[in-house]
Amino acid sequence: MDPRLRGDDERERWLTVPMSSAFVTSTSAPAEEAVPSSPVLTVEGLSHRFGERTVLDGVSFAIPAGRFTALLGLNGAGKTTLFSLVTRLYNHRHGTIRVFGVDMLRQPTQALARIGVVFQQPTLDPDLTVMQNLRYHGGLHGLSRAVIEERAREELARIGLSDRAGERVRTLSGGQRRRVEIARALLHRPSLLLLDEPTVGLDIDLRRQVLEHVHELCRTQGLAVLWATHLIDEVLPGDGVVVLHRGRVLASGSVEEVCAGTGTLGEAFARLTGGGGR
Amino acid sequence: MSALLYGRCLRSVVVREGLRFVHQRERFFAALVRPLVWLALFAVGFRAVLGLSIIPPYETYILYEEYVVPGLVGMIQLFNGMQSSLSMVYDREMGSMKTLLVSPLPRWYLLVCKLLAGVMVSILQAYVFIAVAWFWDVQPPPLGYLAVFPALVASGLMLGSLGLLLSSFIKQLENFAGVMNFVIFPMFFASTALYPLWRIREGSPTLAWVAELNPFTHAVELIRFALYLRFDATALLAVLAALVVFLGGAIAAYDPGRGFWARRGGPAEQG
Repeated sequence: MDPRLRGDDERERWLTVPMSSAFVTSTSAPAEEAVPSSPVLTVEGLSHRFGERTVLDGVSFAIPAGRFTALLGLNGAGKTTLFSLVTRLYNHRHGTIRVFGVDMLRQPTQALARIGVVFQQPTLDPDLTVMQNLRYHGGLHGLSRAVIEERAREELARIGLSDRAGERVRTLSGGQRRRVEIARALLHRPSLLLLDEPTVGLDIDLRRQVLEHVHELCRTQGLAVLWATHLIDEVLPGDGVVVLHRGRVLASGSVEEVCAGTGTLGEAFARLTGGGGR
Repeated sequence: MSALLYGRCLRSVVVREGLRFVHQRERFFAALVRPLVWLALFAVGFRAVLGLSIIPPYETYILYEEYVVPGLVGMIQLFNGMQSSLSMVYDREMGSMKTLLVSPLPRWYLLVCKLLAGVMVSILQAYVFIAVAWFWDVQPPPLGYLAVFPALVASGLMLGSLGLLLSSFIKQLENFAGVMNFVIFPMFFASTALYPLWRIREGSPTLAWVAELNPFTHAVELIRFALYLRFDATALLAVLAALVVFLGGAIAAYDPGRGFWARRGGPAEQG
């Protein structure tokens, strides 16, 4: 073994879960080679409340590998709370969250090691360079310096920002920062990528670029993606959809299934929520 | 799980804190200038007012400057702990703390990493200050500079933990002024940082009693004794006890099951 990579086999142990309850594949392999035996993310009967206010009420859905799934809901639907629970910012009390069959409450380390997250708020440190931000994230996931450098180069090349690696994040545009956040979320090779309204504040062109980039990751990397949004035009034909409204899942399945008998997704969303989608 | 992975995580957090500190040069100068102002202005003015008898760990009469230096080292660490607290609140409000909290290692360990990184920065500042104080003729025995290191680690951990704990109570950055008024200033002034306990007792026995209970007093005395190659067991025990309480409280406050986010929700819970 390359001595620079010593210890990375130990990190792999974080990711090792029983075959009976999981699907083990490399995210760097094309989607066709992956052998999905169970959903990447399973949420069952998830409820959460802050004080007397119920934010999520019996939420259930599953996300398969290699598919872009939109979590569609208006502001206040409970999307951010759902993301906070799936990323274990705080624990849920009712229901279960499983990543590759691994229970988030019982084995959070194994579950979190397989998740990459892009939060709604920017979370890059603007005073550090792009590379320093990536090193920080890689270190938090237990990657060695050599592995971080190698993967950071790959990811930055993929998003076309190799030449900006040494620049402070503060000097990047909003779209570039978003792409760096996605690159950072992929650094530890997650199997599930969660993005909470990642196009907020981006113009139409940048929004399209980020959306295409993530769809391509699903196709080429076999990555399972959960993309929270309130914008119906961010959901493309063939994507999965989970419609969340006032803390409840009103529909889930492929776009075609959710739209069945209604017409467009906008119409289906309006019918389901009893109002207008945006 | 491998110690190597934990080590990488710690290195990563320490490097980030170090880089932030280097980038914020004004923070370094503020941290250095604050105690120097006290040493150069306050201590000189007080030299005539405050006559000091021979008290341990000193073996002879000393100038007030010499007395106050360990207190000012404590002040550096106290302010650094609060600076860490402020940056935790800022990171939480801005969202960047989430990067840390969603990493796979246990939450308590991530907090300890943050704490150790802050302590490292505070020790660096403390050494620069006692080096500058040497030119003010505050010259403890050479070995004292070495002996004070473990004392600085213990006091830095205790005051840093207090900062972590306080950061969990502060909902918004604007509330930080309250912490200055109700925590930092009372802790600093009701301690032996500026005047010895017997002096305080002369003025007010109640205040002396408060000072004896104040963990900052014990942090200062631990530093003072170590700097003059003496060991104050009571101070060490008091500092360690306070460390256990503050760190335990901070770990509970940031716990994903019981912590404040679980009760109130995270920042930007609008989605």
